[in-house]
Amino acid sequence: MATHTPRRHGGVFDVLQEWITTVDHKKIGLMYIGYALIFLVVAGAEALLMRVQLAVPNNHFVSPQTFNRLFTMHGTTMVFFVGMPILFGFGNYLIPLMIGARDMAFPRLNAFSFWISAFGGFLLYFSYLAGSGLYGAGTAPDVGWFAYAPLTSRVFSPGHSTDYWTLSVLLSGVGSIGTALNIVATALTMRCPGMKLSRMPLLVWLYVVTSCIAFIAVSPLTAAQIMLVIDRYLGGHFFDTQAGGSAVLWMHFFWIFGHPEVYILVLPAFAFANEIIPVFSRKAIFGYPAMVAATVAIGFISMGVWAHHMFTVGLGPEANAFFTFSTMVIAVPTGIKIFNWLATMWGGSIRFATPMIFSIGFLFQFLIAGLTGVMLAASPFDWQLGNSYFVVAHFHYVLVGAILFMIFAAFYFWYPKITGRMMSETLGKWHFWLFVIGFHMTFDFMHVPGLLGMPRRIYTYEADRGWGGWNMIVSIGAIFQTAATLIFVYNLIRSYYKGEEAGPDPWDAWTLEWSTSSPPPSYNFAEIPTVHSRRPLWDLKHPDDPDTNYE
Amino acid sequence: MVVSMNSGMVDRFFANFDQQAGFEHGVRRLHATQMLATVFDPSSTNIFAPKGTPAQSILGLSVLVLGICAGIFLIVAGLLLYTIIRYRSRPGDENHEPAQIYGSNQVELSWTVIPILIIVALFLASARVIFVTQKIPKPATALDVVVIGHQFWWEYRYPKLGIVTANELHVPVSESTHPTPTYLTMSSADTDHSFWVPRLAGKTDLIPNKVNTMWIDPEQAGLYLGQCAQYCGVQHAKMLIRVYADTPEQFSAWVAAQQHVALQVPSAAAGREVFLHNACVNCHTVSGTEARGIFGPDLSHVASRATIASGSVPNTPENLRAFINNPSDIKPGVLMPAMHLNDHDLDAVTQYLSTLR
Repeated sequence: MATHTPRRHGGVFDVLQEWITTVDHKKIGLMYIGYALIFLVVAGAEALLMRVQLAVPNNHFVSPQTFNRLFTMHGTTMVFFVGMPILFGFGNYLIPLMIGARDMAFPRLNAFSFWISAFGGFLLYFSYLAGSGLYGAGTAPDVGWFAYAPLTSRVFSPGHSTDYWTLSVLLSGVGSIGTALNIVATALTMRCPGMKLSRMPLLVWLYVVTSCIAFIAVSPLTAAQIMLVIDRYLGGHFFDTQAGGSAVLWMHFFWIFGHPEVYILVLPAFAFANEIIPVFSRKAIFGYPAMVAATVAIGFISMGVWAHHMFTVGLGPEANAFFTFSTMVIAVPTGIKIFNWLATMWGGSIRFATPMIFSIGFLFQFLIAGLTGVMLAASPFDWQLGNSYFVVAHFHYVLVGAILFMIFAAFYFWYPKITGRMMSETLGKWHFWLFVIGFHMTFDFMHVPGLLGMPRRIYTYEADRGWGGWNMIVSIGAIFQTAATLIFVYNLIRSYYKGEEAGPDPWDAWTLEWSTSSPPPSYNFAEIPTVHSRRPLWDLKHPDDPDTNYE
Repeated sequence: MVVSMNSGMVDRFFANFDQQAGFEHGVRRLHATQMLATVFDPSSTNIFAPKGTPAQSILGLSVLVLGICAGIFLIVAGLLLYTIIRYRSRPGDENHEPAQIYGSNQVELSWTVIPILIIVALFLASARVIFVTQKIPKPATALDVVVIGHQFWWEYRYPKLGIVTANELHVPVSESTHPTPTYLTMSSADTDHSFWVPRLAGKTDLIPNKVNTMWIDPEQAGLYLGQCAQYCGVQHAKMLIRVYADTPEQFSAWVAAQQHVALQVPSAAAGREVFLHNACVNCHTVSGTEARGIFGPDLSHVASRATIASGSVPNTPENLRAFINNPSDIKPGVLMPAMHLNDHDLDAVTQYLSTLR
């Protein structure tokens, strides 16, 4: 870009100022991703400490108080300060590029949303220094990531640790709603000429649905945090059971956020799969309209399943039956997605580059996660398995086996676009295989202690229950995952300096982001493109047989 | 009577599953013919070793759901594996792209309709167990127990028998010829808890300001273990559950012993004085004395219990003494404060509590 202001080089403060004041969607996207990666390492370390503690029965590696803080911080961090920002980061970076736009619809709102979310994350961890306020010794929140009432009332949670949790989740919620608004506005109003909604890349479609879920789901959570603050400091009694408040009310508020949240996190992972699987199968996505319809169906149904987290609360047989049904129904659109990915690969010419092998791992693992979800949806089965390690294994299968695998795939796939350099395939394969081994050691075997009666959130357990050996395997798996993650981080850094030059389109892909240089200029496209089909680059590469003939 | 009719329903329900799940059939035959010979491992909390009707109905459904899900997994994973191997890129493929196929409505329809049918079947099977377990009238022969969750222990009240005890629940065995299920009416004194004894039934939460119910009917005498399954604070992990299923004779004897006023053994008079003149009485009850506290477990018959601190350690004089001296040594985060008694008083009060059979 030709610029007439003199360029200043090298000054740390200049670089800092540039990033802090930026409203460029790509820089904001990268800040989201970098910030999430830092928290991924922190929350991963917390998980590792918990696995050391649980490896053998009656362990004294950490105190019960410390353990309770570890699982609270691990869960809160992973959901609000790793999952949400990393997915919003990719969305921010990719959506304008994929729809042929120069930025998001509201660049300043974008920056605001990032910084308010980032502030929330720092506030959460500041609690380690300042949690107990007047007592002088800091402590982090220890109420669990869903912070059930009345444990959060001042009677049971004196000091300020719960306030740090509440306020950081509140701020994260404000940021999430801002970004969701921005994504919907961008997708609806900023598409390049020719890009009808029916030609919009599936990734963008899925981000739109995710964002719509976020509007509806994050708002009650944010409201509930305000109600909790009112309870704690202004004499309210919403959740104060000692004054006639309702503990179950909090559960409803939390899970009407909490379950759609799973889809807020998993739809972007599906979105990555929708872009990556076709490119490496060398085929167009199978059933584009069905994929959009299934996504919208998931969005709607996800709003009506929250009480499957509450099958043991005593809602009565009628409510249990209803939520059993609604929860099972969501398996239908989810199944449609798996079958469409399968059909996309069917008849293709599958190339096993690192992004694709992570996607294949995702397909198998998401299949298992979905099936254990159906088991838990059968509410009588859930009366046994709810709040046991079976549930912990199930949702980690979703969050790690599906979502994190697709996030890794997305890194390997779009890193060349973002940096202009390829990531090392050799290190990528090491990363994949070590992570797969570790993942299955940890999360396959974690189902078993749940079936044997081990509840979650216990800092230690009795030696005679037969849980010890299983927990040892689970903990050993965590070491493999740690090693694999370190290889991944090393690959990210090394490839930035030593990676092969990528060029604009290293994967021979078909969507608009591959039509501009790598990394893209700040204005994305020198000339706003015009498209005639869902795969504009396919049309350019195959003028004899363009997609426009078939849509 | 209602329960026996109901167990008939449950049997028919199982008969349906038997056709689909031979494994389940094997389990039931074993149960019917070899009940006495079955090895009873008291430390087990395995959901696949049920010893009561609710846990058994759940297992029946679980086996069905597991079977269907395993079938789906094998088919879909097999297809995935086949596709990945069959359609892998081969040398020479770089030069041309495979045929582009954009979709097919017929195919989409088939993989929409088949899952819907499976789901309707699974839902009906689940709904049946939900209603069989949660919506049956209480028989007249049922025993009533009120369960109150506390940070971090269990209070059990038998309103019709005038018994209050803690942490170790005694219930009669329920024989199929003469069912005597136990109905638990549950709430919490502080935060949320959850009552989970996997071999008897699924879990039910104890929530302050809300009353829940569940029932258990252990079919074999013995000890059943479980623990709190809803995070309730620092010592959630050591809020263990012990359910003793007694034979009718054992149960009557236990009831008679618990209904007695706490013993006043003359040799323990000194310890009783220590107990009654310290803060112990603010939180604990010993029947027949001025000790009427309700924040901690009722100690009228504490020596009849096998464990202390909600199942944390065996009820030996050494453990009891150590616990009274500083409860957090045994159970960090427990709400009972260290009593700062001198050695003499500590010995005396330990001896006194050991006489409260």
